[in-house]
Amino acid sequence: MKFLKRLLVAVVIGLVLYALNLAMSKEGLFGIGVPLYQVDLWKLAGINVILAVSLNLINGFTGQFSIGHVGFMAVGAYSSTFMTVYYTQGLEQSLAGAVGAGVAAAIVFLLVIIVGAIAAAIAGLIVGIPTLRLRGDYLAIATLGFAEIIRIVIVNTNRIGAATGFRGAVDPWPGRVTIPAYTNFLWIGIFDVVTIVIIYNIVNSDTGRALISIREDELAAQAMGVNTTRYKVTAFVISAALAGVAGALYGHWRLPHPADFTFVRSFEIIIMIVLGGMGSITGAVLGALVITFLPELLRQLPGEVYNYRLVIYAALLILIMITRPQGMLGGREIGFNWLKRAQRRPEGDTAVGADKGVPIAERDAPTADHAKEVENR
Amino acid sequence: MSGSTEQNASRRTQAESILTEAAHTARSQEVTDTSGAVLRTDKCTIRFGGLIAVNSLDMAVREGEIYGLIGPNGAGKTTVFNLLTGVYEPTEGEIYFQGKRIDSLRPHQIARRGVSRTFQNIRLFPGMTVLENVLTACHIHSRQSLADAVFRTPRFERDEREQREFCLELLKIFGLERFQNEGGTSLPYGNQRRLEIVRALATRPKLLLLDEPAAGMNPAEQEDLIELIRLVRDRFGLTILLVEHNMKVVMGICERIQVLDYGKPIALGLPEEIRNNPKVIEAYLGD
Ligand SMILES: Nc1ncnc2c1ncn2[C@@H]1O[C@H](COP(=O)(O)OP(=O)(O)O)[C@@H](O)[C@H]1O
Ligand SMILES: [Mg+2]
Repeated sequence: MKFLKRLLVAVVIGLVLYALNLAMSKEGLFGIGVPLYQVDLWKLAGINVILAVSLNLINGFTGQFSIGHVGFMAVGAYSSTFMTVYYTQGLEQSLAGAVGAGVAAAIVFLLVIIVGAIAAAIAGLIVGIPTLRLRGDYLAIATLGFAEIIRIVIVNTNRIGAATGFRGAVDPWPGRVTIPAYTNFLWIGIFDVVTIVIIYNIVNSDTGRALISIREDELAAQAMGVNTTRYKVTAFVISAALAGVAGALYGHWRLPHPADFTFVRSFEIIIMIVLGGMGSITGAVLGALVITFLPELLRQLPGEVYNYRLVIYAALLILIMITRPQGMLGGREIGFNWLKRAQRRPEGDTAVGADKGVPIAERDAPTADHAKEVENR
Repeated sequence: MSGSTEQNASRRTQAESILTEAAHTARSQEVTDTSGAVLRTDKCTIRFGGLIAVNSLDMAVREGEIYGLIGPNGAGKTTVFNLLTGVYEPTEGEIYFQGKRIDSLRPHQIARRGVSRTFQNIRLFPGMTVLENVLTACHIHSRQSLADAVFRTPRFERDEREQREFCLELLKIFGLERFQNEGGTSLPYGNQRRLEIVRALATRPKLLLLDEPAAGMNPAEQEDLIELIRLVRDRFGLTILLVEHNMKVVMGICERIQVLDYGKPIALGLPEEIRNNPKVIEAYLGD
């Protein structure tokens, strides 16, 4: 029953994304098409959602301050495109004979996305283990340094295009001349949903409570048996893997270039989650959308005002942070009830708060005799 | 005490049976413990720079007793708790719990061995509800894996349900279950202290360390607390080590009392002995 409900929700979401994807393609959906410029914006927004929601696991829920998220994205982007350029062409061709070109491309893309996620997760582990003994500012600087190291390694590796960006195989290596443009809005949308569901399910579980307890009071968390180092590394690895997915999607759309992976981009992702509200999944989504679209909306400003759009952008951000220092949602969630309901067990309760927190399993009052004794004493 | 729990066996709740089982394991292991104490420190010393906060402390807490640790402000009582729970490592000396050395273990490892605590300055998780605070402490005994959580498997659902029921039972014993959805730190002070005890119990400890649990409570709340501490000790067969400033509470509840002064143990005995011990009186008057 529960499985059927979940399946139904998944199918509906899939269909909606499929329709949106059609609308964003050249052909359009029943003649309705989205202008190419806006399509790119929506794709970027979708990728930003993955980045913001995943970074939120470290910065928002676990309370650690990482500013190296773009480093994991870069690892995902380059490792996955490296695979499609040098290794998967043969596989895709032989698959195409059996299942058709479209399905073959999808299978290969899914494979390399997973490669990107795993590579980024390993990077997360490598960074996580030594640096997570650091706290606060020190951790922030270490993660920043890590992302820069990744970027510098890329700039100095000819086989992945070095400083000029990665487009395809470089002589004399055989391989694809251009990275295949697998990414479309459907892929991005699916991984948005996957990311949100994964993070939501983790946050609302024993692991999530362990992570949040680290943020709330690390000493008390340890005293309650939480291996705080291990859980910080866990958060890093999961978050990095999802950033790797975002990188793989980005790499097969825009072609990776070292300039896309500077610390400025890391800061942008942080601004998204701070703006949306640290520790809120819907807040991170909202923040990603605002940060993607706001500068573009300001481009529409007329005449003289147009020249001041960056000033206005900054002023708006400051204004939001002054009026809502906790971020737009301040740790709460909006509109998640449908998802919660989809996960409810049939006999489940209705006492699901709209705010953040674990759904509460109401049960009949426990008939503990001693509790009555205490009360009657 | 074990007799009364056996009589009630049929009426025992889940929370009780889990906790008594934990304590029973403690008891059977203790038989092989030659020192006969569930918790033992051996010439335990810690220095902070030039300051000797705890000086050659020998302590042996027996299975099932309520053991009081008292002394003037700054005597080193909280530091002893921090040593026992792995927050600090002793500069010298050893700590044994159930016959095994624990002084170089990390705090979460000691918690897993069955030592739980409350804090003198309440350290609830501020962003969590009452129930979430307690649920978090069930972490050690959680049977769901990360994959169970991500895929919302039946095992996840079952584990969450069982943990919740267990936590609600514990909250009920302390009369806090009706606040389950309120913020933990928004409760009145006395209830925050009680919630911290509930949270500590949720780790299913064998040894419970209470750091000034009656601080900030009014006399009625203190009475209630004394009853509750006895009740959980009896029901769950816990061993309790108690630091307390309030003499009424200490004398009313502790079976043996050890006195610290400037980090040094100066007396150990029954409440009446301690009350009339000239060294103790001097230490307190000189405070
Ligand atoms: N981390 C620390 N660094 C330096 N001095 C400390 C530290 N922790 C405790 N102390 C000192 O140790 C002494 C004992 O403190 P404490 O154990 O808190 O006393 P009590 O709980 O008995 O009131 C005090 O003088 C205190 O200042
Ligand atoms: Mg103290």
